[in-house]
Formats: sequence, structure tokens, C-alpha cells
Amino acid sequence: MEQQMRSSGNSPKGGWLSTLIDLVLSYYARIISQPFQSGLVWFLGGLGGALFVGWILFPMALYSEQTQPINFSHAIHTMPDIGLDEPTELGRCLHCHSFRNDGTFAGIPKLETCMECHDDPESPLGETAEEKKFLKQYVANEKEVPWFSYYKQPDCVYFPHIAHVKMGKIDCRTCHGDHAKTDNLPLYKKNRLTKYSINIWGKHISGYKANTWDRMKMDDCAECHTKTGHEENNACFVCHK
Amino acid sequence: MMKEEKGKYKYGMVIDLDKCSGCGTCMVACASENNVSVRADESDKERSITWMQLFKITNGKPFPDTEVSYFPRPCMHCHHHTPCVSVCPATATRIDYNTGIVSQIYTRCIGCRYCQAACPYHARYFNWWDGYGLAKPFSKGLERALSPEVSVRMRGVVEKCSFCHHRLMSAKSKAYAEGRREIREDEYIPACAEACPTQAITFGDLNNPRHKVSQLIKSPRAFRLLERLGTEPKVYYLSSKSWVRKMADNYLPNQFQQVTKAMT
Ligand code: HEC
Ligand code: HEC
Ligand code: HEC
Ligand code: HEC
Ligand code: HEC
Repeated sequence: MEQQMRSSGNSPKGGWLSTLIDLVLSYYARIISQPFQSGLVWFLGGLGGALFVGWILFPMALYSEQTQPINFSHAIHTMPDIGLDEPTELGRCLHCHSFRNDGTFAGIPKLETCMECHDDPESPLGETAEEKKFLKQYVANEKEVPWFSYYKQPDCVYFPHIAHVKMGKIDCRTCHGDHAKTDNLPLYKKNRLTKYSINIWGKHISGYKANTWDRMKMDDCAECHTKTGHEENNACFVCHK
Repeated sequence: MMKEEKGKYKYGMVIDLDKCSGCGTCMVACASENNVSVRADESDKERSITWMQLFKITNGKPFPDTEVSYFPRPCMHCHHHTPCVSVCPATATRIDYNTGIVSQIYTRCIGCRYCQAACPYHARYFNWWDGYGLAKPFSKGLERALSPEVSVRMRGVVEKCSFCHHRLMSAKSKAYAEGRREIREDEYIPACAEACPTQAITFGDLNNPRHKVSQLIKSPRAFRLLERLGTEPKVYYLSSKSWVRKMADNYLPNQFQQVTKAMT
């Protein structure tokens, strides 16, 4: 076997393999030397166009964009001297994003929480126009701010924060990235077909994921459960309802 | 087919037919807890949905020997060779041996209804129409009565009793908030058991010998539906009436053993 291969590889002329290679090479040489007549340009152009449409235009068209009603700054509100009586950063998060006594998560705070500090619509705490807008439109009328939730999962998903934050001791950042460091809220992008926020399936249509918080699909949940040795939580009726 | 494993918990139910008065509270409690959809005409029982079905059975004897028994039937959550799980081509229904609960994921279900055909207990129901909140304009406004703890179903999917597993998850969250890992026996009770006015339904962990269900299933009155199929249902019944027990399974002539005498 080995003998045979070496002999055919060594023979300078006439081997069927080298004839084949010659044929293929001359074929490609012709394609490359005459890109227009051979159709190479059209093929590559079409491929590039298809990739552009599929990977760039389609994702752009797929997601609708909305701005949040108020540009809420987490950077300001999580500062140690903001006036919340909490020594730790997590404590400050949990002041607004609190757990109820039955272990459920209150999510985005209601106006009541904001009014602990922004209690008087006539006297703003800072100088910004955004705060004046907030006071005038919402605090003065005692109207709830209709926030868009970036991380809202589909209706069929059950996600308990208390199991992760209190029992699992997982940092908010692991799943929410630097949202709590931002000064300006990003655009809220909603998938026009599924109505899910872009944060669920991720920004990269290729499926590329650099950070733990880039997306939160079923597999991302299960991946962490497996890694942290909580495989018992990978049954359907744990995350679904 | 999933391999049967020994899990940590094995939730089960015991229904005392001697106590059941057939009032139907369990059905109502179940339907409102689990967002079971209603239709404009609910009288068509071939098409309506009831996770907890209540049957009335009689011994067929003329007056004055007539006897009646009522028979609530949730999903049996079969522990062995779960018939629906073994036929589902979409893994929309699975059994979690860690809790013993048979799950149904509506978004995964493709509506082929094999599971309905496979289920020996007719515990599975098909959505011929969109449910609450989805079907407009009939259900307009009804969505305000929905519970956020159970997702609504669309047309074309199968649904069934879940042992109110969302109550298990809520009970766990509450335990975590109070700094406990384990939940207490009375913290996880399905809506039907909670609502039953005669307390005919008992619920708990069959793996835990201290739970009431584990003691009740040792009673000589205990039996299961179609036990001889070998599906190991986790719903047990208690009855002192021999004819009721006989009706619960298929027997050859003279095969049924009268057990009434031995029981008290
Ligand atoms: C003063 C109250 C307040 C504090 C303190 C606060 N937040 Fe928020 N948080 C909000 C409000 C209001 C929103 C809704 C607007 C938005 O998306 O930013 C929000 C939104 C979020 C969201 C996005 C949720 C979603 O689904 O859109 C995340 C994540 C979040 N906060 C994390 C944190 C973390 C982590 C901390 C602590 C470092 C924190 N927050 C502290 C008020 C607060
Ligand atoms: C612990 C007190 C406190 C709470 C609670 C609080 N804020 Fe503030 N907020 C402040 C202070 C102080 C400033 C002024 C910061 C500055 O401009 O220097 C401020 C500023 C703002 C601004 C203007 C910031 C900017 O970048 O223009 C907005 C908008 C705002 N808050 C919204 C809210 C909302 C919405 C809530 C409820 C979720 C809330 N705040 C809860 C203390 C608080
Ligand atoms: C293990 C991942 C994970 C961790 C850790 C985590 N979250 Fe979340 N968070 C989620 C998911 C998933 C959702 C969507 C929940 C849903 O749709 O029910 C969410 C939703 C939210 C929301 C929006 C809720 C709503 O109702 O709109 C806020 C606010 C939030 N998280 C804040 C926090 C804060 C603050 C922390 C840290 C104390 C934290 N999260 C830790 C995964 C996580
Ligand atoms: C970064 C890791 C991580 C991610 C991401 C994560 N989980 Fe978890 N999850 C855990 C850990 C750890 C536990 C076990 C906590 C404990 O019991 O100590 C857990 C437990 C759970 C539980 C069981 C809660 C209980 O009552 O015992 C549910 C439900 C759950 N996760 C759902 C989800 C869902 C849904 C997602 C995705 C949206 C998700 N998780 C993403 C780490 C993660
Ligand atoms: C660790 C948590 C977790 C487990 C376990 C899990 N899921 Fe999911 N599942 C999710 C999350 C989060 C989503 C929403 C995000 C997405 O589309 O991936 C989801 C979405 C889905 C969807 C799409 C629903 C929709 O409306 O887009 C289906 C179908 C589904 N899951 C079926 C299943 C089945 C069947 C099982 C059991 C074999 C299962 N899931 C187990 C977390 C989980």
C-alpha cells in the first residue's frame, strides 16, 4: 500500500493523480485569469450581496427601535453618595430592584421608589432637562413610567432572581453586563416577528458570544446550570411554566 | 425513551373517594389557577378542556341498591414508561425524575396528538381554538383574569395537569427568601387539593416517609387507575367500595379479588 503510493507520487509524468491536479488547476487558472467571462465576479458579487442582506440588512430590518420614555442614568443612581442607606453596591441595586417577602422579584421599580427622593415636582435634585421632564410628566401626575424591559423573557419562561442572586451568589453583571454603569439608556430593539427584545437572542446573528451577558437563550441558561453543577435545573418544568 | 432514575423527590396525590362529594370545586380551582381556556359553548365536552375531570360512576344496580361514587381524574404523572413521553416526537413532554412531574411545554408541542392517543387515562386535551387572551374578540377583557404564573396556550397544542408545578417553584422561592433550602410539606399543594372542601385530596412527596401521602398509600383502601398496565401512576385513590375498585382496572371474569372484607 505504502509502496504503491510512494511510487505513484514519485513518478514525474503520467500519474492519473497529477493529470487530475493539472486539469483542476488549469480550470481555476482560466476562471481567475478571465474573471468576467468565467462568471467569477458575478458569483463573488452575488455571494457578498447575499451575505450583506442576510447578515446586515435583515437583522437591521428585523428589529424595530424605540427610545425609553426617560433617559435614566444608572451611573448616577448607583453612586455611594446618592442618598440610599446601603453600604454595598448590591444593596443599592436591591433597594430599587427589590425582593418581596415571598421571594418574587419586583423588577423595574415603581414610581413610588423614585419619589423617595424625587418627592417634589417643583424642586429638582439636579439641573438636567431630563430630570425636569421626568418630574413634569410623571412625578407631578403620579403616572408610572412605561419602561421597556431589555431582558424580558417570553411568557413561557420562569426565571427566579432569588435563586440566582441569593442562593447562587451570582453577580448581576454576569447576566446584565454593564447596564448598571450606563449614563445613557440604549435603544430598545424588539424583534418584529417574535416580539422579543434583542438581548434574548443576542446582537450577533452568527451566534458569536464574547460575554456571558451577550444573549440569554435557553442554551445559555442551561450552559451555566451545567457548569455550576446544577443539572437538576435543566428539566423543562424548571424554567418553563 | 428516557431511562428511569431515582430522583430526590417524587410528588404524588391521594384522592379519598369515600370523602369526595362530587361538588366539582377541584375542577373550577384548577381551571382558574392554570388559565384553562373557556369557550362560548362549554357544553361540547368533546372539545372543551378540563385538566381535572370529574367522573360519576355507579354500580349499575337498580334502586334501592344503587350506589354512586365520584371520581376526580388529574394527570396520573406515570412514573414508569410514561406513555405520553415515550411517544412524543418533539420532546414537548418529559418526565423529570427529580420531582416526578411530567411536563408539557406548549411552545414545543407540534399538535400531533400522539400523546393523547397514548394516554390510558385521557388526561390530555387538545386546543382546537386559541385560548384566553389570544382568541379575539370573544375573550376580550378575559385576559385580565389570567394568572401570570402559567403561560397561555394557543390553538393546535396539547395541554394537561402539571401538578401545579409553578406552585412548587413559588414555594422554593419563598423558602429561599426565608433562608431555607427545603420546602415544608404544606407549602406545595396543587390548587385542587387546596380547594377541596372535604379535604379528599392529599398531596406530598412519596419519597418522604413522613409525608401524609406516603402513609395513606399503604392503606388497604388504596389503589390506582389501570394499575396493571404498569405505568406506576403517582395518583392514588382510596375507596372502601369493592365495585369502585373493580371498575378502576380491567379484569378477566372471576379474576378480581374481593378485598372489602379485609378492609376497614
Ligand atoms: C434608583 C433606582 C435604581 C437603582 C439604585 C438601580 N436601578 Fe436598575 N433600573 C432602574 C430603573 C428605573 C430601570 C428601568 C430603566 C432602565 O432600563 O435602565 C432599571 C433597569 C435595570 C435593568 C434593565 C432591566 C430590563 O429588563 O430592562 C438592569 C439590568 C438593572 N436595572 C440593573 C441594576 C443593577 C445591577 C443595579 C445596582 C448596581 C441597579 N440596577 C440599581 C432603577 C434603579
Ligand atoms: C436615593 C435618591 C434617588 C432615588 C430613589 C431616585 N433618584 Fe433620580 N436622582 C437623584 C439625584 C440626587 C439626582 C441628581 C443627580 C445630579 O444631577 O447631580 C437624580 C437625577 C435623576 C434624573 C436626571 C439624571 C440625568 O442624567 O439627567 C432622572 C431622569 C432621574 N433621577 C430619574 C429617577 C427615576 C426614574 C427614579 C426611580 C426609579 C429615581 N430617579 C430615583 C436621586 C434619586
Ligand atoms: C442568572 C442571570 C441573572 C442574574 C444573576 C440577574 N439577572 Fe436580572 N434578569 C435575568 C433574566 C433572565 C431576566 C428576565 C426575567 C423575566 O423575563 O422573567 C432578568 C430581568 C431583570 C430585570 C427586569 C425585570 C422586569 O420585570 O422587567 C431587572 C430590573 C433585573 N433583571 C435586575 C437584576 C439585578 C439588579 C440583578 C442583581 C441583583 C440581576 N438582575 C441579576 C437574569 C439575571
Ligand atoms: C451564570 C449562571 C446562570 C445562568 C446564566 C442561569 N442560571 Fe439558573 N441557576 C443558576 C444556579 C447556580 C442555580 C442554582 C441556585 C441554587 O439553588 O443555589 C440556578 C437555578 C435556577 C432555577 C431553579 C430555581 C429554584 O427554585 O430552585 C431556575 C428556574 C433557573 N435557574 C432558571 C434559569 C433561566 C430561565 C435562565 C436563563 C434565562 C437561567 N436560569 C440562567 C445559574 C444560572
Ligand atoms: C435552563 C432553563 C431552561 C430549560 C431547562 C428549558 N428551557 Fe426552553 N427556554 C428557556 C428560555 C430562557 C427560553 C427563551 C429564549 C429562547 O428562545 O431561547 C426558552 C424557549 C423555549 C422554546 C421557544 C419558546 C418561544 O416562545 O420562543 C421552546 C419550544 C422551549 N424552550 C422548549 C423547552 C423544552 C421542551 C425543554 C425541556 C426539554 C426546555 N425548553 C427546557 C429556558 C429553558
